[in-house]
Amino acid sequence: MKTGTKNLLQDTGVVPRRSRFQDFWRLLKGNSLAFAGLIIFVLFFCTALAGLMLTSGTKPVFDPAMVRLQEKLRPPLSSANLETLRPEELPRLGVYLFGTDDLGRDVFARMLQGAWVSLTVGFVAVGIAVLIGILMGGMSGYFGQNHVRVDQILAAIVLLLGGGLLTVGTIFSGTLLLLIGGAYIVFSLYCKKGLRKGPLPKWMKVFFAGAISVDTLIMRLVDIMLCFPSFFLILTVVALLPASIYNIMIVIGLTSWMGTTRFVRAEFLSLREQDFVTAARALGVSNWRIILRHMIPNAIAPVLVSATIGIATAILTEAGLSFLGFGVPPPHATWGNILSDGKRFIFDAPWLTFIPGIAILIVVLCFNLFGEGLRDILNPKLRERY
Amino acid sequence: MLSFIGRSIIQKIITLFFVSVVSFLIIHLAPGKPSQVDPLNPKFTPEMVERFRKEFHLDKPLYMQYTYFYRDLFTGKTLSWKDNQSVLKKIWERFLNSLPLFIVGTILTWTLSFPIGIRSAIFRAGFYDRSSTLFSYLLISIPGFFFAYILIIFVVNTFHVPVIGMETFGIGDPPWPRWFMDRVWHLLIPSVLGATGGIAILSRYVRSQMLEVESQDYVRTARAKGVPDEQVHYKHALRNALLPFVTMFGLILPGLIGGSVIIESIFSWPGMGRMAYEAILARDYPIILTVNFISAVLVLAGTFVSDVLYMVVDPRIRL
Repeated sequence: MKTGTKNLLQDTGVVPRRSRFQDFWRLLKGNSLAFAGLIIFVLFFCTALAGLMLTSGTKPVFDPAMVRLQEKLRPPLSSANLETLRPEELPRLGVYLFGTDDLGRDVFARMLQGAWVSLTVGFVAVGIAVLIGILMGGMSGYFGQNHVRVDQILAAIVLLLGGGLLTVGTIFSGTLLLLIGGAYIVFSLYCKKGLRKGPLPKWMKVFFAGAISVDTLIMRLVDIMLCFPSFFLILTVVALLPASIYNIMIVIGLTSWMGTTRFVRAEFLSLREQDFVTAARALGVSNWRIILRHMIPNAIAPVLVSATIGIATAILTEAGLSFLGFGVPPPHATWGNILSDGKRFIFDAPWLTFIPGIAILIVVLCFNLFGEGLRDILNPKLRERY
Repeated sequence: MLSFIGRSIIQKIITLFFVSVVSFLIIHLAPGKPSQVDPLNPKFTPEMVERFRKEFHLDKPLYMQYTYFYRDLFTGKTLSWKDNQSVLKKIWERFLNSLPLFIVGTILTWTLSFPIGIRSAIFRAGFYDRSSTLFSYLLISIPGFFFAYILIIFVVNTFHVPVIGMETFGIGDPPWPRWFMDRVWHLLIPSVLGATGGIAILSRYVRSQMLEVESQDYVRTARAKGVPDEQVHYKHALRNALLPFVTMFGLILPGLIGGSVIIESIFSWPGMGRMAYEAILARDYPIILTVNFISAVLVLAGTFVSDVLYMVVDPRIRL
């Protein structure tokens, strides 16, 4: 293969066309900060994966929950006291790499365990946000001109009310409303199949009038969501829900999709008018195929950038929540709650504050740097200027 | 212009209505009931719970609770469930405490980030630009609570001044210079912390805005005419680069009430953020909802102000 391209170069004197990925890789290597960010991210990913495997199970290699009260608040790199510990209590390496906390737990093991939490929170929360964002932004950009009919709004309200009543506990009327809504949807699908006989009576027309365009609906929803102070909203919801890491991921994801929606909508609005989309439509390609194969790949660049920076924000938010004492229930370690446990010993055992703090700083920094680098790389206009 | 103002006010009122509905639903549909906050408290007999529920309309259906709550809010009669005090009065007191933090933080942000950003745009790709870029990424990425502890250790060890709280505990009634310095020390660190993120982001923004303008044709023309550098940068480029920042004055408004939950709870600063945090812990729904409502009003007012300012400063824009 390689000799082939070489020959081509010699024969024709034309530079071989590089693939998109090769181009990307070359630009990335040129941007030293972004490259450093990528390397740190790969290291962090491996650490988190290793941490998950080494600290979970019934007999973990590094036990983050092992309490050794006689060994509390040992500084980093101090070796274990062999006389006072039972053999099964010895730390794996014989030394406390990052010291121990106020209960004598190995901070290194706890940091390993926490790395996985930070990683998953970042990725799952942003994954949810990006999915919702692409879906909403795509709908409002592509189908934005379509109008939602009055009967559809009514059906949605009936369904929502039914669901709400069911969760509150009014089972009978809730189920009734849900059934009515469901029956109406089935009925309207059935009608659409073509069993329409004669013109509708006049009073029915009101229900089929277009009420509000999809675009307006979704953009107003974005406006509403943007009105909430985000950290305060997340704090409220997390405090009201039972403590679990999944709730945090979902809540962070559900409160941070607005930016992506706006990006995707803007991209879709401009792409929809491009010639290649018109050509695809003229060929009879279905809407979904146009969206998935032609438009999303062209609209993905700003989404990727905002997702990378979003991961950094999500990790910071989770750390802040753990710091305030919400989120993952206590025996499980996260970087935020190691720091918040350690803050009481800040003058006696500064490593309990500094190790998790610096770890969070480095990881968040690597995502931010990589995201900004990605912005420069994916944006040819900006690239020339620098 | 008038029609734009009228339309956007109507739109914002509708948005506000939905925000109030959504926040009300989020809080009331979440599992757990406010009357069960403290089941072990011996004073919480079933009769007490019943009276409590009746007192605060918790036995009514949701839509009735909603109308009661917002009727009380608009007539200013909302009571906190925790101590039966007027919510608006409580919020006002805490707001006055948060205000100095907000003012000092905003002044720091806006006075520091412009020189930093402009300088790094003028000497772009130089040593200063690179180091300030890296430094601002560091400031964006550092978790606020961690940075707070670094600053606390640094200030306490170097200057030997107490920094937690609004003033030194039990300071009594010292002569005023000492009182003044005490307040300044206590104010300084939390507001510096509140400003760091803002400085980092805003200076990056100023830099990119300056770069954008400096690559315009009229700047090149000015250079070609032989206008001195100073004048090109500060008269031709900066004035135009400032446009979007005028509108950002509107967007600071929401910061008035948001405060910072984390910073205020680290420094035991009795401000808005901390009150909201305590209200969440105590499930004091009226306070949570009121804070939420006021901040939504501020966000909407902020965007409105910034839209109007944009129209005033940029004659090309007609909404």
